[in-house]
Amino acid sequence: MASYPENLQYSREHEWVDASSPAVIGITSHAADALGDVVYLELPEVGAQISAGDVVGEIESTKSVSELYAPVSGTVVEVNQAAIDDPALVNSDPFGAGWLLKVEITSRGDLIDAAEYAVLAG
Amino acid sequence: MSDEKTTPLDAEHRALGAVMTGFGGWLMPLRYTSDLAEHRAVRAAAGLFDLSHMGEIHLEGPGAATALDRALVGSAAAIAVGRAKYSMICADDGSVLDDLIVYRLADEHFLVVANAGNAAMVARELTARAAGDDVVVTDRSASTALVAVQGPRAEQIVTSLVAPAAADAVRALRYYAASPAFLQVGDGVEALVARTGYTGEDGFELFVDAADAVALWRALLAAGAGHGLVPAGLAARDSLRLEAGMPLYGHELDTTTTPYEAGLGRVVRLDKTDAAGERLAFVGRDALAARKVSAPARVLVGLRGEGRRSARAGYDVVTRAAGEPGRAGVEAGVKVGVKVGTVTSAAPSPTLGHPIAMAYVTPEVSAEGTELAVDVRGRAEPFVVVPLPFYRRA
Repeated sequence: MASYPENLQYSREHEWVDASSPAVIGITSHAADALGDVVYLELPEVGAQISAGDVVGEIESTKSVSELYAPVSGTVVEVNQAAIDDPALVNSDPFGAGWLLKVEITSRGDLIDAAEYAVLAG
Repeated sequence: MSDEKTTPLDAEHRALGAVMTGFGGWLMPLRYTSDLAEHRAVRAAAGLFDLSHMGEIHLEGPGAATALDRALVGSAAAIAVGRAKYSMICADDGSVLDDLIVYRLADEHFLVVANAGNAAMVARELTARAAGDDVVVTDRSASTALVAVQGPRAEQIVTSLVAPAAADAVRALRYYAASPAFLQVGDGVEALVARTGYTGEDGFELFVDAADAVALWRALLAAGAGHGLVPAGLAARDSLRLEAGMPLYGHELDTTTTPYEAGLGRVVRLDKTDAAGERLAFVGRDALAARKVSAPARVLVGLRGEGRRSARAGYDVVTRAAGEPGRAGVEAGVKVGVKVGTVTSAAPSPTLGHPIAMAYVTPEVSAEGTELAVDVRGRAEPFVVVPLPFYRRA
């Protein structure tokens, strides 16, 4: 079983959120591995209001398309242009350079801790 | 547990960390590391593929050529010993039941290679269609393993395992030719070495007894290590064949399609004759003869994406509509137009760096340079009709 950073919270849709403010959001290594090589990211614009559980973007890999769900509610204050330009960052460093959004959070969704996520991700 | 069959190399794939996936009733490696890395290795060096899911059906006997000529759309009698031909087995209505490669191993011995999901059906059809001919049809899919080495370094890798006396013969093999060869693997392995493939690169397909598969696989990995050879999965195989403009059964070909729509009318030999020189009736001939002279309802084309987004199989091809800017930051800027076709295969091309797709479209929009769009989940992404294949090796 893979282990996941314990300082992060996770959604059941395989996003992670850190504890900083604004919070950084990405997808997990489990999700990135399952997708295969990510080749295109569609992310919300800066200033967009997002609500936990909503579809806010798309992640395309060579073989599939996956939706990005908002794990929190709030305002998007930054998107990772480096990952938009080089989506392979999502595969190579999903918990680091491959982050997706920074969000000024108004409320967190139904998030779980690393141990629970590890069970979910198998 | 799944009901999917496993190849003799299943444990090898798992040991290499492959992500496994269901395909044609088999559990096959989708990728070992990265689709893109495996794709690029085949273009630049070499890739090793397990194709043991493919079907191998042998026809042996004095009536073998005639039986195949009645069963398939091509001319088996015209294949020289040691050569191979791409062919199809069609239904009475001319629709494609499967696409095949037919190898002539001896005067009275042919090997038909069928797609995994169709292999049992093809064996049944060939058996039924050969009834009355002096030929024995044997489905040896279960006892045969097939591995492919594809890429510019394939020849060096494969010949390094062939006894020196036979290496020249393997080196001299032309495209779509095959020769038995003794491989210096373990105590020695008998193989049929064919210069065929499905990637657009030079390469070989090696048919061996299933019991020899693991030894051959390991020997090829070892022999290729210094040449940049990597094991490659179905994902890379699919993007490679798409770049090479090769059809995949279930996508470009199926029972709603004749060879003509797919641009493969050349494989149909309406003029083939029997030993007495009489025109030979084969299954589907009448329907195909009529189809050849009628106007096609749809045409298979290549599409090059002008934006960054890839289409996917099943998406609608639409006309470009004027106005209606797209969302900010996206090159696309057209609203979804009128449906004129359907995407059959699509991928972001790793070699070319832009999206590519094959699609069936109406003839009016099939000319090279026609500007179309694909409805990508509600938004029109611009694509242009281009000639196939997308990629041809230098």
